[in-house]
Amino acid sequence: MNGAPNKWDVFKVRADFPALGTLARGKPLVYLDSAATTLKARSVVEAVEKHFLLGAANVHRGVHFLSEVATRQYEEARAKIRLFLNAKENAEIVLTSGTTASVNLVAKSYGTFLKDGDEVLITHMEHHSNIVPWQMLGEERGTKLKVAPVDDSGEIILEEFQKLLSPRTKIVSFVYISNALGTVNPAAELIRLVRAHAPEAVVFMDCAQAVAHVPLDVQALDVDFLAFSAHKLFGPTGTGVLYGKRALLEKMPPVFGGGDMIRSVTFEKTTYAGLPVKFEAGTPNIGGVIGLGAAIDYVNSVGLEAINAWEQELLAYATERLREIPGLRLIGTAKKKTAICGFFLDDVHPHDIGSLLDAEGVAIRAGHHCTQPLMARFGVPATARASFSLYNTKAEVDALVEAIRKAQKIFA
Amino acid sequence: MTTNVQADLYQQVILEHNKKPKNFGKLEGATHTAEGFNPLCGDHLWIYLTVDFAGKIEKVGFEGSGCAISKASASMMTVTLTGKTVDEAKTIFTEFHKLLLGELNPDTEPHQLGKLKIFSGIWQYPARVKCAALSWHTMNGALDRSQTVSTE
Repeated sequence: MNGAPNKWDVFKVRADFPALGTLARGKPLVYLDSAATTLKARSVVEAVEKHFLLGAANVHRGVHFLSEVATRQYEEARAKIRLFLNAKENAEIVLTSGTTASVNLVAKSYGTFLKDGDEVLITHMEHHSNIVPWQMLGEERGTKLKVAPVDDSGEIILEEFQKLLSPRTKIVSFVYISNALGTVNPAAELIRLVRAHAPEAVVFMDCAQAVAHVPLDVQALDVDFLAFSAHKLFGPTGTGVLYGKRALLEKMPPVFGGGDMIRSVTFEKTTYAGLPVKFEAGTPNIGGVIGLGAAIDYVNSVGLEAINAWEQELLAYATERLREIPGLRLIGTAKKKTAICGFFLDDVHPHDIGSLLDAEGVAIRAGHHCTQPLMARFGVPATARASFSLYNTKAEVDALVEAIRKAQKIFA
Repeated sequence: MTTNVQADLYQQVILEHNKKPKNFGKLEGATHTAEGFNPLCGDHLWIYLTVDFAGKIEKVGFEGSGCAISKASASMMTVTLTGKTVDEAKTIFTEFHKLLLGELNPDTEPHQLGKLKIFSGIWQYPARVKCAALSWHTMNGALDRSQTVSTE
């Protein structure tokens, strides 16, 4: 990959993330919560800062200099996203406030084509944001929600997934990488099954967790919709992307009406703008989008394949070290995983682990990870989750293990 | 700010109540019950109270799952409230609530909290305040005849 270093220099990468030099509870920060949100790269923050300090004009509106600069930067970011996803054209890149907004947009808009008795298929490992919008659609239109089960390792059971597909299936929505388990789902295989057994279904991929770890290619995947958030890609919060195939986006009605999304407005009749602004009513998160463009530049400069290789090394090491801890059960042991380690201790509740690790400067997530049905599936109320990114080190894995052992001693 | 998590959150008394909670289990014949849950973290418990005709709390029980803080808080609450009147329980609830928010200094202000003042450091950990508050809000809901309580 272009720009990828031959040898991974984690300390060079760490210098790009100033937060890593801070203290938490008086201890050096060990940030193992990148699955919740990644730290922000310096170049991203600088790009956002530059926009707000030097030219925070609106886009697609003025003829004045600053507005033209802002519009150009905003549209350049859209082009970067297109290349990043290998979409055919910029018109297929809709800018939203995040993955959640993207799922809801499709549920509200494409959902208008569904009727009573149509089916939406998801999996048992979905985030609440890929469950609730489809339930809301069901309440509105009488569609049925089907759920493909996962096995004890946290993999989708493909035979069961296939059995749930039929001509009644109109939408299939699945997470590419599970935020709670780390499972990397076999996206190409799932999509192949959908095409073979549910010819009328469109496929939506939730790539919120995947985007910072594996390359995404919408054309190779032949996926209909795909969404991710900037804040899990070293970028700002409040910005996200919905990719959709042009033919689908064109026939879909807008969800929000307002400025920017119109061609002409009279009190008698309004005609809508073309793609993608038809779905972007109102002043967008310009600074956030510019930040996302900078985040993509950053990731490209480091190289997603190199990032993935390092994270796999961290995952292997963390898995080995965590398995040494007596009474620790890993939740999520799929064959293909990204560097997310969900775990449960016999004697210490996840929230207590969270607080005790926090006291050591180790930041992890404790809770249900917005995946309550999945927690129920594994028979736990919550898990503790350490998630890794390109800037983490093996020494931080050691710090995690040491802090867990200390917590166990306190609770012994 | 440097804090000492063991002194603030995990004193020996808390750890003991977590390991061996008092009055754990369903209370048959309870006159007041309520279910409480914390949607943010999944803590989930039930509180049972038996109140006599004079308004005296004869028995308190709880069951459910949660972290050490929520379990210890529930356990200590059952001990504290047994034998108190409903009015006294309400007063202690209000004081405990203030204590959790750092609005009551147990060393300088009068209170009836007794051993509960062990929770006085928790306000420094806003994310954990709800863990300690859940059982109390649920108890209060049970006395007020609300059947489901959510600390959101």
